[in-house]
Amino acid sequence: MSEERIFVGILVMAAATYLPRVLPMLLLRRPIRNLRLLAFFEYVPFAVIAAMTFPDILSSTANLPSALVGAGIALLLAWLRNSLFTVALGGMAGVMLTELIQSLL
Amino acid sequence: MSRSNYRRGLLAGIPIALGYFAVGLTFGIYAQSTGFTPLQATLTSLSNLSSTGQLAGVNIISRLGGYVELATAILIINMRYLLMSFSLVTKIDPKLSTAKRMLISFAITDEIYAVSSQEKGILDERFFFGLMTLPILGWTSGTLIGSSLGPVLPPLIASAFGIAIYCMFIAIIVPPARNNFKLLLIILASITLNLLFLKLPLLKNLASGWRLTIVAVIAAGAAAIIWPKEAVDE
Repeated sequence: MSEERIFVGILVMAAATYLPRVLPMLLLRRPIRNLRLLAFFEYVPFAVIAAMTFPDILSSTANLPSALVGAGIALLLAWLRNSLFTVALGGMAGVMLTELIQSLL
Repeated sequence: MSRSNYRRGLLAGIPIALGYFAVGLTFGIYAQSTGFTPLQATLTSLSNLSSTGQLAGVNIISRLGGYVELATAILIINMRYLLMSFSLVTKIDPKLSTAKRMLISFAITDEIYAVSSQEKGILDERFFFGLMTLPILGWTSGTLIGSSLGPVLPPLIASAFGIAIYCMFIAIIVPPARNNFKLLLIILASITLNLLFLKLPLLKNLASGWRLTIVAVIAAGAAAIIWPKEAVDE
């Protein structure tokens, strides 16, 4: 990757992130009333985050078994409504423990 | 008065800052693993202040995706900021200057929005400026440390941090979906579409940013048509 590519990329990202944040602040004084649009905005993050997580999470560690253990623990902890921090620590611990056991076998 | 509102904001920002430091750390490690230098990774965090968008962006840049693909993917992923900004703009002083509005806009993130939207009455801009201070610091310094330490981490630790950001994604979407059939269905539909796009001939050649964009718009769009938001009294 060239340095120029990365810097232009960062600029493009920053602009595309700032635009939706700043436009309503500068242009609007009244809330949205279109109920479908409101629902769409509410649902989009769930759809995006889900698609970003699966299946990529399965190739995020050294091997599939450790990723499966980590993902399973994270899912369980999240289902039980643990905090962001706890869920992450639990998933990471599961991965480390699995890979540690694998290295001993 | 102004001093106390700023301080109140600072205090409210501490837990957010701690969380951002940890996520910043994992973002930094991820960014350096794709070829970003610590300076580039830190610059990304300082200028973007958005975890999901940055992760997707770094991924697209490192896979040599085009700038249009990059901008479209980031815009779609960050579409929710549009909604948060729409909602916050109704809470601030209507006479607030353009410069201050632009500064507030920079720090509209999921967590900062969540806290500031709970303010009673008019949202004092000094409270907001206090609230955003430590999270920006935590996010940026976490990225700097993560991207600098990434190369010297043992494989076991690197592996654990590799999954961390995905665990956080799970922690964001699973709890609200647990008792919400709509959200659960949207998540499952999105994952199914994503797998289809990854496996089907032709579709699997689609760049990752476009794939995410199309999948999310179909899943969230269909859901919004079936289940529009219930009207809420003002």
